[in-house]
Amino acid sequence: MITLENVRFSYPGDSFELRIDQLDIESVETVAFVGPSGCGKTTLLNLISGVFLPDAGMITVAGTRVSDLRPQERQTFRIENIGLVPQNFELLDYLTVRENILVPFRISSAKSLPDDILARCEELAESAGIVSHLGKYPSQLSQGERQRSALCRGLITSPKLILADEPTGNLDPENQEKIVDLLLEEASRIGSTVVMITHEPELLPRFSRTVNVLELREGGAR
Amino acid sequence: MNWRGIVYLGSRYLSRNRGKTALLVIAFTLVWLLPAAIALVVGKVEEQLRSRAVGTPLLLGHPGSPLELVFNGLYFTKPEIATMPLSTVDTLADSDLAQAIPIYSRFSAGGNRIVGTRFDYFRYRNMEVVKGRNLIRLGECVVGAKVAEQAGLEPGDSVISSPETLFDLAGVYPLKMHVVGVLAPTGSPDDSAIFVDLKTTWIIEGLGHGHQEATETDANQRLESAEGTVSLNASVVEYNEITSETADSFHFHGDLSDYPVTAAIIIPNDAKSRALVKGRYVSDNTVQLISPGETMDELFETVFSVQRFVIWLLAAVGAATLAIGALVFLLSYRLRRDEFRHLRLLGADLGTIRALVAFEAAFVLATSLVLSALALWGVESVAPVVIRSLIA
Repeated sequence: MITLENVRFSYPGDSFELRIDQLDIESVETVAFVGPSGCGKTTLLNLISGVFLPDAGMITVAGTRVSDLRPQERQTFRIENIGLVPQNFELLDYLTVRENILVPFRISSAKSLPDDILARCEELAESAGIVSHLGKYPSQLSQGERQRSALCRGLITSPKLILADEPTGNLDPENQEKIVDLLLEEASRIGSTVVMITHEPELLPRFSRTVNVLELREGGAR
Repeated sequence: MNWRGIVYLGSRYLSRNRGKTALLVIAFTLVWLLPAAIALVVGKVEEQLRSRAVGTPLLLGHPGSPLELVFNGLYFTKPEIATMPLSTVDTLADSDLAQAIPIYSRFSAGGNRIVGTRFDYFRYRNMEVVKGRNLIRLGECVVGAKVAEQAGLEPGDSVISSPETLFDLAGVYPLKMHVVGVLAPTGSPDDSAIFVDLKTTWIIEGLGHGHQEATETDANQRLESAEGTVSLNASVVEYNEITSETADSFHFHGDLSDYPVTAAIIIPNDAKSRALVKGRYVSDNTVQLISPGETMDELFETVFSVQRFVIWLLAAVGAATLAIGALVFLLSYRLRRDEFRHLRLLGADLGTIRALVAFEAAFVLATSLVLSALALWGVESVAPVVIRSLIA
């Protein structure tokens, strides 16, 4: 599903450099990225999603060499294949929960609203326990409910790949469990590959593989 | 680009932030509306004032402000202007160079001007009596359409002239006048006037009066009786209403040709007569002969220069408002940077983000333009009525 070969990336004017010789993630695999802050976990996620382009090397996602796509093609590729779940929810405060979940269909010319999308939205919200909040605005929700809303938005397009950037970081242990349960169950149901950044060791057994990004940079775990 | 999605997201942002949106729309609406409305109203005022002024060839009056003469003779305002004797008007009429219609516009009744004139005035202004009949005798009046409508006057009703000097016990008493006709609406100051015969205005002024026949008074009402002369004291009854019983007792002392009028409409027979009439009065210091159209042109020259100045000021305020509006959008864009960044992460391209912001700005501008056009249409609809009431 994901292949990185001899990838080099650095930020302009910064000494940080990410060097990954080889990383392979299979389809339907669930992978947890771990490592200390600043080791490059989020940078790696952004390289996989095509938000950043590597200085050198090759990144292939779902058979497409993301690093070779033009900007417009990368946007289209991302919205068609990848579901993003950010740490800070990033819900639009002027939209209801339902409208937030459907945002990927509003911003993409590649995806039109399917006829059954509202039913799918209700179904996802039901699984996430937020069905009664679909008409509410983000400011009316708790932290856990917002994160579950953001997760539903990441899943609504039934993406081949779900990239979650520490989605449990702002949550209490109970909500962390709920979020990970929901993520993994839904991913399994729709056959998605999951890559999630986390700092919670107790969540790691839930994933099929753990990748320590710091070790990966030093030629370790692949 | 997903335009439906952009319109949806933009609409939702604007409706969720409706307070800010409404303020921007109102501010921009005023930017478009104010200069346009001022230009429209001034244009309408000019149209109203000029049409009557241009339709009146010449105006004769006592020397003084030409503008005050125009306002008195054409719009029946400025009642306090100096008068000229009726003989001045009749002398001109007798010259066979022009028709002269005297106007005595000084008194009022219930806030409406009483205009003393001759029957020629109604012919000249193409005024028709739609209810009742025209003036026949002293003490009668015909009322303009607006006066009739506002006061609910019909033929058979009466109006009383306003007292001129409240505390002057020896002064002019109010005259009760009989409404004999209602004029058709003309859309001019005539609609707000009460028309009477010239002599009736002189009676209101106290120059003519009616009272008990001196020879029929009691002895205690007489001061002295000499041969052919009876002097009466203050107990003699003066009439304040002209009826068929009292009409014969009304009389004027002195020569009517010396009696006052405030203005006279002069209608020369032809261009040559016009030139001759103007030439006759060019060096006459006892009267002024003016062309109302030219006088109004001078007035509007001043009005337009003030209007230009006001519109420049409004343009400056408008530019400042637009700049503030642009700043609001810019600051809003900055505040929403995280939102846009995340939309990009989700897959929105830069064009979509720009189109979203452009849609919101375009919506505010378009809505303000539509609202200002509607408001301007409203101003245009009510302007003639408001202006007529202001002028009247």
